[in-house]
Amino acid sequence: MRGSREGAYLDGQTLLAAGAPPPGSLGGSGKGSRLLGGKRAATVSTASTVVFIGVVVVLFVFAPGAAAVRHTFFNPQQMWQAFRGDPRLGLFSVGKGLILNVEMFLIAEVLILIWALVIAVLRQLRNPVLFPFRMLAVFYTDVFRGVPLIIVIFAIGFGAPALYLRVISTQSDFVYGIAALVLSYSAYVAEVYRAGINSVHQSQVAAARSLGLSQWKSLRFVVLPQALRTVIPPLLNDFISLQKDTALVSTLGAVIEANRAAQIDSSTLFVYSSYTVAALLFLCITIPLARFTDHLIARDVGRRMAGGGAIR
Amino acid sequence: MTGGDTSSMPTIAEAGEETFAAAEANGAPAVSLEGVHKSFGDLEVLRGIDLSVAPHEVICLIGSSGSGKSTLLRCVNLLEPINRGRILLWGHDVTSPGVDENAVRRHIGIVFQSFNLFPHMTVLRNITLGPIRVLGVSRAEAEDCARALLERFGLSEKQNDYPDRLSGGQQQRVAIVRALAMQPGIMLLDEVTSALDPELVGEVLGVIGELASAGMTMLIATHEMSFARDIADRVCFLDEGVILEQGPPKQVFTSPVNLRTQQFLRRIVDAGRL
Repeated sequence: MRGSREGAYLDGQTLLAAGAPPPGSLGGSGKGSRLLGGKRAATVSTASTVVFIGVVVVLFVFAPGAAAVRHTFFNPQQMWQAFRGDPRLGLFSVGKGLILNVEMFLIAEVLILIWALVIAVLRQLRNPVLFPFRMLAVFYTDVFRGVPLIIVIFAIGFGAPALYLRVISTQSDFVYGIAALVLSYSAYVAEVYRAGINSVHQSQVAAARSLGLSQWKSLRFVVLPQALRTVIPPLLNDFISLQKDTALVSTLGAVIEANRAAQIDSSTLFVYSSYTVAALLFLCITIPLARFTDHLIARDVGRRMAGGGAIR
Repeated sequence: MTGGDTSSMPTIAEAGEETFAAAEANGAPAVSLEGVHKSFGDLEVLRGIDLSVAPHEVICLIGSSGSGKSTLLRCVNLLEPINRGRILLWGHDVTSPGVDENAVRRHIGIVFQSFNLFPHMTVLRNITLGPIRVLGVSRAEAEDCARALLERFGLSEKQNDYPDRLSGGQQQRVAIVRALAMQPGIMLLDEVTSALDPELVGEVLGVIGELASAGMTMLIATHEMSFARDIADRVCFLDEGVILEQGPPKQVFTSPVNLRTQQFLRRIVDAGRL
């Protein structure tokens, strides 16, 4: 027993001395490879990735319906056509649709940040005069977090015009879509804000109030600036999903974004490559956003590890 | 807001140096607590506190942890509502319903054990926040005043630093300056050296000593017995929410009458703290 270990150990030493061995040779060297923990981990993860990709490719290329899938979803010519659009064939451009999508998303995002903050602050203030507003804010977040976004979109998109009101009923689907997104997402974002507000230590409030600052001024100058810093990563997370959910507005029949264009493409040509284009374009936006969020979180963790805890 | 006999006096909201002086001329105490009771749920922390602080008087509250020292200070600053009794500031009942607590607090400076500086603001902004947002002083004037105070306490070169760049002692001195910038009529100090490394205690106690010699009225909860002996005009021994013994430091520290006070001081002496 002891002898064999010794042997394995020496074996490992020889391997090390020989320089980096080809990955294959490690498998056969038994316990000796334990000495090479770091390199071994890298080798294993590489091998596992290669095998995984291999399996996916095999499935994709050799599956019985592979040819049909490629033709329907990954037809390069159709994808290009869908991206550019073709007015002569009555095709909408997925690319242009995406620009509209981004416009909606950006407008909605700004409105959500403001509206959600109003709701979060209303829930926080303990002034008895504001009691009914506080109750309304609670009711609001409960309702709009509970109702699926698609239903809010239908309710506003089809409900508002049906009212025959002067201003409310005469807006475009673009506006109704934004309104629905803002109403629904603000409920979530308000809760994110609220978590941030509650994360600021009570002693900060005591210090502010002891200077004679009112509850509102304590919130504005002391609590909110600290709270907003901590909620930036979770907020970005919500906005990644907002960017995707903007596509749901297409259900109103508005020809305003990528998915809608894709629908028309597919219904006329029975080719779904336009959906693939739309999905890829969405990923072009959401993946950088996700990496940016990761970056912010990592920076935050690093700062906390450094012990400073400074929030600036 | 003020009742009956005090109706001719300006309300606490309008109070300023003149009111403090007028109250002093009247012989009104700066702070007076009358039968103050405070409970947290079933836990009775203050069980009938009677205490009156004369203008320019320095009172040290001593007693073991949990005896109610901090709670007493927080009640005076209205950070904790009291259950029974009343608290008067310069003759005004500040615990009667309808009192504007923000107006009361601007005349009371409080410094906490854990500094509680605002981490997202520079030292200068920490100090000027109250004067600008509460007193309505212009930024320039507030900053001049803040710089003068920082200068006086040897913190000038720290004015643009954020609190996390400062040592504990420096942070606590900034916290004291922040309270002073509101030009309070009384300062409440809540175990302000308890969170400090021993070598940093001296600089903070030095600042407090300077305030005492400048005539600041102070109510100080402390575990630093030799400091209390040196600085206090009067020492109050709190035990289980009541003041068991009070008097000049010499008397309380050298010949305490109450058995509990004797026991407490013996423990302190045994621990080498006096």
